[in-house]
Amino acid sequence: MSGYTAETRIRWTEWLPWIVAIAAFFALPEYLALGARILIFILFALSLDLILGYAGIITLGHSAFFGLGAYTAGILSTKLGVNDPFLQLAAAAGAAMLLGVLTGLVILRTKGLTLLMLTLAITAILLEVANKMSSITGGADGLSGVQVNPILGLFKFDLWGKTAFLYCLAVLFIAWIFVRRLIYSPFGAMLTGIRENTTRMHAIGAPVYWRLVLVYTISATLAGIAGGLLTQVNQFVGLNVLGFEPSGELLVMLILGGVGRLYGAFVGPALYLVAQDYLAKQFPEYWYFGIGALLIVVVLFAPGGILGLADQLKQAWLAFSKPGSSAKASAR
Amino acid sequence: MARVLETRKLCKSFGALTVAEDIDFALEDGARHALIGPNGAGKTTFVNMLTGVIRPSSGEILLAGEAITRASASARVRRGLGRTFQITTLFRSLSVLDNVALAVAEREGIARRMWRAASRYGEVKDECLALLETLGIAEDAALAAQDLPYGRQRLVEIAIALALKPKVLLLDEPAAGVPSHDSGRILEVLGTLPPDIAILVIEHDMDLVFRFASRITVLVQGQVLVEGAPEEIAADQRVRDVYLGEPARG
Repeated sequence: MSGYTAETRIRWTEWLPWIVAIAAFFALPEYLALGARILIFILFALSLDLILGYAGIITLGHSAFFGLGAYTAGILSTKLGVNDPFLQLAAAAGAAMLLGVLTGLVILRTKGLTLLMLTLAITAILLEVANKMSSITGGADGLSGVQVNPILGLFKFDLWGKTAFLYCLAVLFIAWIFVRRLIYSPFGAMLTGIRENTTRMHAIGAPVYWRLVLVYTISATLAGIAGGLLTQVNQFVGLNVLGFEPSGELLVMLILGGVGRLYGAFVGPALYLVAQDYLAKQFPEYWYFGIGALLIVVVLFAPGGILGLADQLKQAWLAFSKPGSSAKASAR
Repeated sequence: MARVLETRKLCKSFGALTVAEDIDFALEDGARHALIGPNGAGKTTFVNMLTGVIRPSSGEILLAGEAITRASASARVRRGLGRTFQITTLFRSLSVLDNVALAVAEREGIARRMWRAASRYGEVKDECLALLETLGIAEDAALAAQDLPYGRQRLVEIAIALALKPKVLLLDEPAAGVPSHDSGRILEVLGTLPPDIAILVIEHDMDLVFRFASRITVLVQGQVLVEGAPEEIAADQRVRDVYLGEPARG
């Protein structure tokens, strides 16, 4: 948890995702494409957690930034011949950042359901634009044949997805350092203040609206980077990155993992996408049923997501092993 | 004495209903001023206009000589107008220390910093602990605000306002909802507030008002009925008629 008394040193458990990722790289070479997809959605979920879990902005339109980033990278390569991976990523980030500021300035004046509907409207508009402007976006066919030069001129994207996986892992790692810093900083503490009580935030002199615009823009930028990565890894971008569906899917992933916990954004997408992969193979027609059942179980029995459940189990274990010492811990 | 907060002909009407009419009010430097009046007198409307929650229909509000009539609530706070709420308004799940630290961070302009960990700002933490110490709630610093008894939550509310180092402090019924054995503690705290802060307290508890305030303004039906020293107010027949004389006082 963030705040002025939080322990900020990186705990050993925080290295687990990275250890798992490296282990997966060596142990599961046939799953690297899925792995890269998981890493990308972790980055996307991380960006959502920043605004939803910390600042308390509920959105169903986060795919607008993800999709814009994805299309920016795709258009740069297929229409303008810009194939440098970092240039593509920077452009994806820049475009999403710009959209984040412009839409944030308008919609963050509202809250609650109005805000929710506006976020949804923005991504729906983008979806329609991408669908109709087929000369640039490829319309319903999408843009295929996206080229990405070797990273740093050295590492070519290979058929097995080794480079893609490590590239996504590196980008995610940098983003994680940034987001983690942000959450533990005074800015992060301030965001939890906005989530907890906006009235009180105004009454201590915080320009809440501008702070929300700022964090919304940061989050949009991260989502844009995630979108850019997706295009680079798939060498394709299509309409499925925009609209309600990817936004809703992302929200489900984050809720599964746990909202406002930083690592919920790691656990959720991993669980969701692995379950999706497995269920789609076992029950090609009914796999959404499995996802739905999983979500119901989590929401009913672990409202804090998988990580919330893990916390509860830890508390219960502490109470069991050291009776009397748990009162303070459970008061949190 | 300079007037640190002033209103000139402040009016507010909702349609045909006038809830504030030509309120001329002044708060002197370092004042201990109380605003009283029966239910429906327009006290809350007046406070909401002062703090920027609602816009007056006409008239002016000046803070340290500058017009703030159209400034936002948070801009008024940044200019030195601190407040507490009638109903406790805290960051409920955050620790008591963080409740105060967020206010200190805003005052010091560090709330936008994104890199160094908040817990490395030792001077913020120290200031918060010192402040909590003076209010006698330092031992609760690590507890979540929502886990405190209500009387102590009221003290946290005051601590947050003090952390802003305001020129003017509006206390909106500081003892509201506090059991009587705890309200003494609140009064005690009010007595120790820094003398350079001008304080306006809006209160129903006549005991508290007469022990705390050196000046009292009586508001009735959206107008200032009378203003004066506590003895004058207590002796004023009009005040007795409309307010103190009511059988159910407070």
